[in-house]
Amino acid sequence: MQQSELMREGEHMMTVCNACRYCEGFCAVWPAMEFRRKFAEGDLTYLANLCHNCSECYYACQYAPPHEWEVNPPQTFAKIRAQSYEQYAWPKPLASAFRANALVVSLAVALMLVIFLFGATQALGGKSLATAIPRGDFYKITSHETLVLAFGAAGLFATLALLIGLVRFWRGTGEQVSDLTNLPALATAIKDVLALKYLDDSGWGCAYPSEKSSQSRRWFHHFTFYGFLLCFAATTLGAIYYYGFGWKGPYGYFSLPVVLGTLGGIGLLIGPSRLYFLKLGRNREITDEKQCGMDVAFLVMLLLTSASGLLLLVLRETAAMSSLLVIHLGVVMALFLTLPYGKFVHGVYRCAALLKYALERARKQTLGV
Amino acid sequence: MSHQDFRDLDVLVLGGGNAALCAAITAREQGASVLMLECSPKCFRGGNSRHTRNMALAHEAHIVPYTGSYPEEEFWNDYLRVTGGEGNQQLARMVIHESPNCLDWARNHGVRFQPSLTGTLHLGRTNAFFLGGGKALINAYYASAERLGVQILYEAEAIDLDIVDGVFRNATVRMAGGEQAKIAAKTLITASGGFQSDLEWMRKAWGDAVDNFLIRGTPYDKGLVLKALLDRGAESVADPTQGHMVPIDARSPKFDGGIVTRVDCVTLGIMVNKNGERYYDEGEDRWPKRYAIWGRMIAKQPDQISYAFIDSKVFDRFMPSRYPAITGNTIGEVARQFNLPVEKVEAVVAEFNRAVQPGTFNHAILDDCKTAGLTPPKTHWAQRLDTPPFYGYPLRTGVTFTYFGVKVNAKSAVLMKTGKPAENIFATGEIMAGNILPRGYVGGFGLTIGNVFGRIAGNEAAMAVREGRGALKEMAYAAK
Repeated sequence: MQQSELMREGEHMMTVCNACRYCEGFCAVWPAMEFRRKFAEGDLTYLANLCHNCSECYYACQYAPPHEWEVNPPQTFAKIRAQSYEQYAWPKPLASAFRANALVVSLAVALMLVIFLFGATQALGGKSLATAIPRGDFYKITSHETLVLAFGAAGLFATLALLIGLVRFWRGTGEQVSDLTNLPALATAIKDVLALKYLDDSGWGCAYPSEKSSQSRRWFHHFTFYGFLLCFAATTLGAIYYYGFGWKGPYGYFSLPVVLGTLGGIGLLIGPSRLYFLKLGRNREITDEKQCGMDVAFLVMLLLTSASGLLLLVLRETAAMSSLLVIHLGVVMALFLTLPYGKFVHGVYRCAALLKYALERARKQTLGV
Repeated sequence: MSHQDFRDLDVLVLGGGNAALCAAITAREQGASVLMLECSPKCFRGGNSRHTRNMALAHEAHIVPYTGSYPEEEFWNDYLRVTGGEGNQQLARMVIHESPNCLDWARNHGVRFQPSLTGTLHLGRTNAFFLGGGKALINAYYASAERLGVQILYEAEAIDLDIVDGVFRNATVRMAGGEQAKIAAKTLITASGGFQSDLEWMRKAWGDAVDNFLIRGTPYDKGLVLKALLDRGAESVADPTQGHMVPIDARSPKFDGGIVTRVDCVTLGIMVNKNGERYYDEGEDRWPKRYAIWGRMIAKQPDQISYAFIDSKVFDRFMPSRYPAITGNTIGEVARQFNLPVEKVEAVVAEFNRAVQPGTFNHAILDDCKTAGLTPPKTHWAQRLDTPPFYGYPLRTGVTFTYFGVKVNAKSAVLMKTGKPAENIFATGEIMAGNILPRGYVGGFGLTIGNVFGRIAGNEAAMAVREGRGALKEMAYAAK
């Protein structure tokens, strides 16, 4: 029941918006809306995930609350997005993790810390965790094989869950799986993602956190996004070093994997912390308060990952190394495992929605419309 | 808040839409202290400007955001055509001549523009569209005004004016908390719109037909300032029945429905009144003329209602609207849902279908699809209603704004019944647009008038302050 009520709200809103169209210059949502005259669940899911939550439209809206039609795209789309995350999650029983996300993430962290702590004390054979280990050789605590096995499995699981979600979402919006690899559309979508085109609004930025247009959300999302990518690149490069060249870690401070990881870590310190404070200043009338826990949990996880990782790097030759390693690995493992059931999925569905938008535009052009 | 806070006020601006903001910003930029009173709460600020989306501006060649040039002479001819030569041509010429400068002025005060909206491509050449529409425009102006130091009060409504011999002294203002204050100022700029949302005033002009009108504009244009000016000796302009009246969906709210209430399908089908009779050529002309004539025509039909019928051939050829069409597999099925005389409507449609002549349908031009031997005829876009499902929309008169206002001169000074201009009272926007447009409609022209006359009023008021004109001489807070 809840669901159809939300869809009715979305349909009402899109009917008003499609008759008005004053916002069509702001972002991709509005031209995509204009391709339609009816707004079924798949359409609304697509449009909601195409929305970058920039809020320009809300402040420009002549029908925004307290007008009796209560048109509030940032809030309505946020609610529909949240529903779609849950709806397309795999495996189904874990979908409810979206609802109490902050709690689930906290428990995951606690559990992982316990497991890694147990493993570390075993490895140290009863010696204190505060024992300095020469050269900061963390493989003395967890062997390389254990690391690869544990994180490989977690990574594979997360990737699989995200992929299945993606395919379900894609089908749900009425698309064919084969179109996921449409190269010209993919190129457009990737460009839009990498530049965060729809948070830029031709250089004006977006109405976030307040009514005044600003680029800050775009910039700090860039710090976060590229920070994440750099960390990912560092890890991948580490694996190549190990398996390709037989070079064993820990690598020197000025080795490429460490430099990439350090830069990424710094990005993941600056980005998420600033995004958190921007979020605090947000106009509560246009947010979906229920998602606040999920949003903050993800930001905190990214911050904990980068902070513990950087500390580990700096203090790896001291007695604090083992404890920091336990914390870092525990946090990263919890992050991996909860990726498909938290804020991270917005990136997957946003990319898919942008791809669909690129496809739709190309189709309209072929039709000569 | 009391009037004590506004001692030595140079310019008092009444109103909070495009015209008021252009005036307030200009006066402030000239160094005057400015207080603006917007009678609505902040969320509904901006009067009818909140519902607008573009401005008609003459321009040369290919200037962004236009799709082509719109020479001053063409604008002038469009103006003459809709007004039939009525209206103060000197003022109209001034506005049209000055209009090219509005674009940069707006941009310099934070307004963003975009190419014309989908479904309004015919306006892409003549009109500049605001990114995000009129509310985004006034948001930009409010931000600009605040930055410059214009003081703004919301829910502050001027209910009376103290004017002696064409000299403004103070305004009686009902404040947000309900208390009254008298606010004195050296000069007054009235930019408070028309009176379309005062239904009793409308009743005086239209009789009880007004009960069936829908006011799609702002509910805050009650004409209090206009009435005060007229009561205190200002000369009026235009006819109280004149305004922008368009056919809108009968299911729309009584006030403030705005753009989404319009139903743009009249030219694509037929229109009948509550007796099931056609009464006017649905194919006479295109937008904006057809748009502007049908509102007034519905107002003259029994119970001020009409019904547009179309078939599925043309259902996707007009902008979607707020309310769903009433559908049926036969014309009669649709007519029954409207409680229309079913057999009569079926007969009218059958007769219409028989009269349709062969032609090549093209909605973008005045095409050759017409009826023969039918009264009234349909002279363009006449196609048979023969492809189910059939669709219908109930339509009523939607009043956006009224033209009845105060007479002004080229300096935007309000003219008194004595024939002399008031010394320190100026007007801009809908309250004086009737000088230029006593009837008819040119899309986006109201905002142009508000901008040009707003800037004139702001300049003139600041100049009057510098010259110590008007109330300055006797500026004595007489009204304490």
